[in-house]
Amino acid sequence: MSGRIEAAFAAAKAEDRAAFVPYLTAGYPDRAGFLEAVRTLTPYADLIEVGLPYSDPLGDGPTIQRSSEAALAGGVRTADVLDMIRDLRAETDVPLLVMTYYNPIFCYAGGGEAGFVRDVAAAGADGLILPDLPPEEAGSLIEAARAADLATTFLLAPTSTDARIAAVTDACRGFVYAVSVTGVTGAREALPADVPALVRRIQAASDLPVAVGFGVSGAATARPVAAAADGVVVGSALVRTLGEGGDLAALAAEIAGACRRTPVAG
Amino acid sequence: MTHAPTFDFPYPDARGRFGAYGGRYVPETLIPALDELAAAHDDAIRDPAFAAHLAEVLRDAVGRPSLLSEATRTSERLGLRVWLKREDLNHTGAHKINNTVGQVLLARRMGKTRIIAETGAGQHGVATATAAAMFGLPCVVYMGEEDVRRQALNVVRMRLLGAEVVPVTSGTRTLKDATNEAIRDWVTNVRDTFYVIGSVVGPHPYPRIVRDFQAVVGEETMAQLTERTGRDVPDAVVACVGGGSNAIGIFAPFAYLPAERRPRLIGVEAAGHGVGTGAHAASITAGKRGVLHGAMMYLMSDDDGQISPAHSVSAGLDYPGVGPEHSYYADAGLAEYVGVDDGAALAAFQRFAREEGILPALETSHALAYLDELATQLPAGADVVVNLSGRGDKDVNEAMRVLNLGADVQPGGEAPS
Ligand SMILES: Cc1ncc(COP(=O)(O)O)c(C=O)c1O
Repeated sequence: MSGRIEAAFAAAKAEDRAAFVPYLTAGYPDRAGFLEAVRTLTPYADLIEVGLPYSDPLGDGPTIQRSSEAALAGGVRTADVLDMIRDLRAETDVPLLVMTYYNPIFCYAGGGEAGFVRDVAAAGADGLILPDLPPEEAGSLIEAARAADLATTFLLAPTSTDARIAAVTDACRGFVYAVSVTGVTGAREALPADVPALVRRIQAASDLPVAVGFGVSGAATARPVAAAADGVVVGSALVRTLGEGGDLAALAAEIAGACRRTPVAG
Repeated sequence: MTHAPTFDFPYPDARGRFGAYGGRYVPETLIPALDELAAAHDDAIRDPAFAAHLAEVLRDAVGRPSLLSEATRTSERLGLRVWLKREDLNHTGAHKINNTVGQVLLARRMGKTRIIAETGAGQHGVATATAAAMFGLPCVVYMGEEDVRRQALNVVRMRLLGAEVVPVTSGTRTLKDATNEAIRDWVTNVRDTFYVIGSVVGPHPYPRIVRDFQAVVGEETMAQLTERTGRDVPDAVVACVGGGSNAIGIFAPFAYLPAERRPRLIGVEAAGHGVGTGAHAASITAGKRGVLHGAMMYLMSDDDGQISPAHSVSAGLDYPGVGPEHSYYADAGLAEYVGVDDGAALAAFQRFAREEGILPALETSHALAYLDELATQLPAGADVVVNLSGRGDKDVNEAMRVLNLGADVQPGGEAPS
């Protein structure tokens, strides 16, 4: 692998921080606006999740649904998303993770699964995050990703059994994604109290970094997650702020600050 | 005659696959719930007490067995013997209730306390609301805003039955998006909620569960045909295909017969404005392989794998995918799939009402419309069974609008005080 993912988590750990992993939907609000937003986030981000917009995002709440619909309505195609990744890779060394549902991979016009993996890696992405693909269905994708040096991140959930945790972490490369709630993406006021317990169960089964996502909306929700996990993923709150023309840098700074376990003085 | 279900089919395999189709493409949160559901279903269908209870509910509450009646004037016109499997006579007016009572019984067995469902035409929503009411469970039904408009009567029926109807405003505002929203609810409330899927779609074990509960249609048909014709197998079986539950129900008991005994099985998809126009719902006829709502199947999507909007005059067929078992039948040559467009379906809807005195659902009208073509392919006197999947009362408003039949009888005037 490129090593960027490992290096990013290691660097955060060395500074006693959880890595901050912002998510944005590629092409939202439009191509230029998305690239600008990523540039705004990059100084605060340890890794960046680029969402490939999909027509039927059944793991997403209203904010990311709407951003995906808007991006697609604006004409964003898979090839455009690859272009955007190429543009970003030319500017930054931050690890880029492509979050995508499975059908756009399976149906990819440039050669299905194998072609998608090849082209995403060539564009400069470091990994895939696969919210609707359990490892049991991912045999050939995993094989292609290993060959292309692309990390694979599958998700674990509060409902996951120990046997699932073992199987899913086994299929992950780069890092493991723990979903904080039983539910879909969306900013929440508070997260369940059992998030740290889920993270510990995963850490007991795997040496990979564990990032927690779904529901983190600001410092208050980020802080307890950062205390327990190796990374904090934030999507809907950022996408909503972007859509409303709010202060993206301020929100990113707030969350990045909350990712520090030992508060810096001053 | 009360039919004892056999639940005995060679597919899916242990991974939930019908050949290349099916499987589980869902968020991790649901995997343990799907495992639990598969185990509960396996356990239930091996329990004679469950089968007996289901058979009793199907008899006493649904009204099974449904009749197999001959469409005499249609038979005469086409030179065939056209048999109608009268699922329209079931309680609530369609085949959907065979599945919902089965799944709600499963929900009770699993100790789930809340029922959710998606619906297109509203028939599955009504059937789920009915089963939930029968067993005293709260019920939430997701329905696309466009379908709420097209099927207003069924929205009111669901509300009268005590269900909450949630209009879905995302995406195309039809069945596809209602299904997304139901899955999102299930992901959120998975610990106490049972999701009653309305067709042979969704992640494993749903396509199997719905097939198992609908197969009573085909099994009864075999027994009734034997009584009426002395043969348990007809020359052809015809059914409309949306997600494919009524079709699987009547096909499955025939599909796995040895080739020399197997009748022609013909699934009729909605060709909408025509498969050439892109505005249709003919997933097998004009689609390609992909993943929708948790399963590998034939579906309609663009070059980027974005799901295409479907179109059909009938809300129940307005779905851009088709169940994995049908996808398998199509590849394996066990069944044939054809398209009938909106116009032909509407014409059959009107003709059948006048010719047989039965108002069929617009979905079912697609199957009826194909009989004319089929008659040119079969020898005179051939036995053809049509799954009359539902009655057309729910479609009267749409017929009024599309066929301009009610301009002089618009309801109006003062409400009684
Ligand atoms: C009467 C009737 N027939 C057919 C269908 C299509 O569903 P399926 O293909 O699952 O039978 C519906 C769906 O609402 C329906 O109401």
